[in-house]
Amino acid sequence: MEEAREALAAAAGAHPSEVIFTSGGTESDNLAVKGLYWSRAAEKPARRRILCSAVEHHAVLDTVEWLERHERADVTWLPVDGDGVVDLAVLEAELARDPDSIALVTVMWANNEVGTIQPIHRVVELAHAAGIPVHADAVQAFGSLPVDFKASGLDAMSVSGHKIGGPVGVGALLLGRSVKLTPVQHGGGQERDVRSGTLDTASISAFAAAAEHAVANLGVESARISSLRDRLIDGVRERVPEAVLRGAPGNGRLPGNAHFTFPGCEGDSLLFLLDLAGVESSTGSACTAGVPRPSHVLLAMGLDEETARGAQRFTLGHSSTDQDIDALLAALPGAYARARQAGMAGHESSIQTAGTVARQGLTGR
Amino acid sequence: MRVLAAMSGGVDSAVAAARAVEAGHDVVGVHLALSRMPGTLRTGSRGCCTIEDSRDAWRACDVLGIPYYVWDFSERFKEDVVQDFIDEYAAGRTPNPCMRCNERIKFAALLEKAIALGFDAVCTGHYAKVIEDADGNRELHRAADWAKDQSYVLGVLTHEQLKHSMFPLADTPSKAEVRAEAERRGLSVANKPDSHDICFIPDGDTAGWLAEKIDMATGDIVDESGAKVGEHPGANAFTVGQRRGLKLGTPAADGKPRFVLEIRPKENKVVVGPEALLAIDEIRGIKVSWAGLPIAEVETGMEFECYAQVRAHGDPVPATARMEPDGAGQLVVTLTNPLRGVAPGQTVVLYQGSRVLGQATIDAARSLQRAAL
Repeated sequence: MEEAREALAAAAGAHPSEVIFTSGGTESDNLAVKGLYWSRAAEKPARRRILCSAVEHHAVLDTVEWLERHERADVTWLPVDGDGVVDLAVLEAELARDPDSIALVTVMWANNEVGTIQPIHRVVELAHAAGIPVHADAVQAFGSLPVDFKASGLDAMSVSGHKIGGPVGVGALLLGRSVKLTPVQHGGGQERDVRSGTLDTASISAFAAAAEHAVANLGVESARISSLRDRLIDGVRERVPEAVLRGAPGNGRLPGNAHFTFPGCEGDSLLFLLDLAGVESSTGSACTAGVPRPSHVLLAMGLDEETARGAQRFTLGHSSTDQDIDALLAALPGAYARARQAGMAGHESSIQTAGTVARQGLTGR
Repeated sequence: MRVLAAMSGGVDSAVAAARAVEAGHDVVGVHLALSRMPGTLRTGSRGCCTIEDSRDAWRACDVLGIPYYVWDFSERFKEDVVQDFIDEYAAGRTPNPCMRCNERIKFAALLEKAIALGFDAVCTGHYAKVIEDADGNRELHRAADWAKDQSYVLGVLTHEQLKHSMFPLADTPSKAEVRAEAERRGLSVANKPDSHDICFIPDGDTAGWLAEKIDMATGDIVDESGAKVGEHPGANAFTVGQRRGLKLGTPAADGKPRFVLEIRPKENKVVVGPEALLAIDEIRGIKVSWAGLPIAEVETGMEFECYAQVRAHGDPVPATARMEPDGAGQLVVTLTNPLRGVAPGQTVVLYQGSRVLGQATIDAARSLQRAAL
C-alpha cells in the first residue's frame, strides 16, 4: 500500500502524504469541492462563493450545483471562449471583487469532451494572489499530459485509475499538506482523517503501476497519439469539409481527443452508422437513461442546440493504430451522408400518416 | 431484413425482438426516450420511459445479443402527442394519445429515421397481424388473441406505414404464453407488470394533470333543454359519458342519474342528461385513413357493411359506413344499434371480420333521440 502511495505520488509530482486514495474521479471531485467549501466556510462564514468554469465534468458541475441548492453556496460560472478556454480576465475580475467572500476556485485541467487544456498555472497564480485555494479535475490530463502537482501549485487535484489504463473504481485526490478539508464520509479515519473507509489494496496497487507506466512512456506515447489525432483531424476535414473541429487547435488540446460537430445530422445517427462500420465514437453527454442531450460544454462555447446535437467525439488511446484512423476515414463520408438523410428529429415526417393523408385530401393510396 | 426493434423495456417488445432475431433478421434494439426528465423507477403499472425501463430494454438486448441504442424523440413526442392531447381536451374532445404516438412517433418519426439509416422495418410488441395479399399489398388484422388484440391502436397506420411494420406477437394465443416464452429465453422482464394508463401522466391523475395545463374557468352545467342545473370548475376536465363528480344542485325531474352528454368549450358549458340520450346512432369522422388499400366502396362512395369500434377495449358493433360524396373526406358511420360513450376526439376503427379497414377521428356523434327533442 505505501509503496503504491509513493509510486503514485512520484508519478503525479506529489509527496506521498499528499495522496488520498478514493473510489475514483467522481469521489475525488466531490471530496475536494465539498470539503474545501465546508472547511473554508467554517473558518469564515462569509466565504460562500465558488468560482467554477462552465465546462466542468458533471462530477464537479453537479456537486457545485448541489452546494448552491443545499448549502447556500453562491456560484459564479466562469465563461469560456469559442475554443472552450476559461476567460482569465473574468476570473481576475471576480477574484478582485470581494475576495474574502470566495471559498474556492475549481477549473478542470483538460476538458473531457472537447479536449481543451486550461491555463491551469495562470488560474492558480491569480487565485493564490487573492489568497484563494484552487481545485482542478485532472482526470483527463493525468497520464496524457505532463502533470506535476507540486509545480502546478494546486491545492487539490483529482485523478482516476481507469483513464490511464488502471482499474475502474479507484482514484485519488492529491491534497496539499497544509490544505484543510472537511471530510465527506466519516468512519475509521483512514487517509489523513479525510476519507474514511478500508482501502482496496489490490486496485490501488494496479492504479499505481498504471500511473508509473503511463508517466514513464508519456513523451513517446503522447507524440505518437498526437500525430494519429492530427491525421484523424486532417482526414475528417478533407473528407467532410462541413465538419467543424471543436475545442482548441494543435497542442492546446489533449493528444487523444478529436471532437467535431457535423452540421445537419443527429449525433446519434452518425454514432449508429459508425458503430455499424466498427468504429466506436461518442456523442458527448447522455443522462443515465442514455438520452442524448446537447452538451453543456458546447453550449458554453457559444454553439446553439441544433449545432450541438451534431457532436461526435473520437478518442484515441494506447491501443489506437493507423488502421483505426483508416477505418474511420473510410466509413465517415458514407455515414455522414446517410445520417444527414435521416435528418434531425423534430422535423416534419415524410412518411405518409393519417394526418398527412387528411391534409392532402387523399384516401390513403 | 434489417429490423429495428422498438424496445419499451416491457415483456412484449422484448419477446417480439427475440422472435425477429430467431426468424433470421438482422435486429437492432432501440429505446425511444420520450421525456427529457425520465423518472428513476416505475411505480407499479404506470408510466414508461423511466431509467428502469431503459435499463430493462438494454438488458433484454444483451441477452438477445443485439446492439442497443437510445434515440431521443422527446421533442417530437411533446409536440405531436402531449401537446395534441392538451389541445384536444382544451377543445372539448377526448383524444387517444397511444394512437397519436403510433401514428406520428413509432411509425413515422422513428420509422423514417430507421429507413434513412438503412433499416427495412420497425418491429414492435403489439398484438396485431399484418397479412400480405397475392400482389404484395398489406392488410392489418386482429391478433389471434382477441382479448389482447391491439389492432385498434394501430388502425391509424397507412399502407406505407404497414409496409414497414412487423408485429411478431401476432399469433400468440395469450399473454401468459408471451411471459412464459420470456422466462424460457432468460429475459428478466418476464414478470414485469403491464403498463396501462397514459405514460406521460405518471400518477394516473389525468384531471389533475390537465388542470395544470389548461386554463379552467368555472361555468354552468346545463340540462338538455339548456336550463342551468349546476356549476363545474372547468369544462375541459369532463368526458362524455361521465357520471361521477358532477355535483349537481338541481335533481333531475325523474330522479334518475344524469351523465355528461356534451362539452361546449366555447361557451364553457357541460351538458348533462339521462342515460338514454348517450346512445349514439350516427358518427361523423374526419382525418380518415385506410389501413392498407381502401376497399372498393370507399372509392365509389358506396355504403358498406362493417363493424365499428370506438375504444381500445370496446366491443365492435355492426354498422354501415360510407364516404361523403362531396369530397370533404368525411366518413359517415351509421350504427345498427345505438352505442353509448362515444365522444368527439375518439377514434372509430372499422373492421370487416378480423381485417382493419381504416379509421377516422370522431368529429360529431349524433343521438337520434336527442335530435328529436
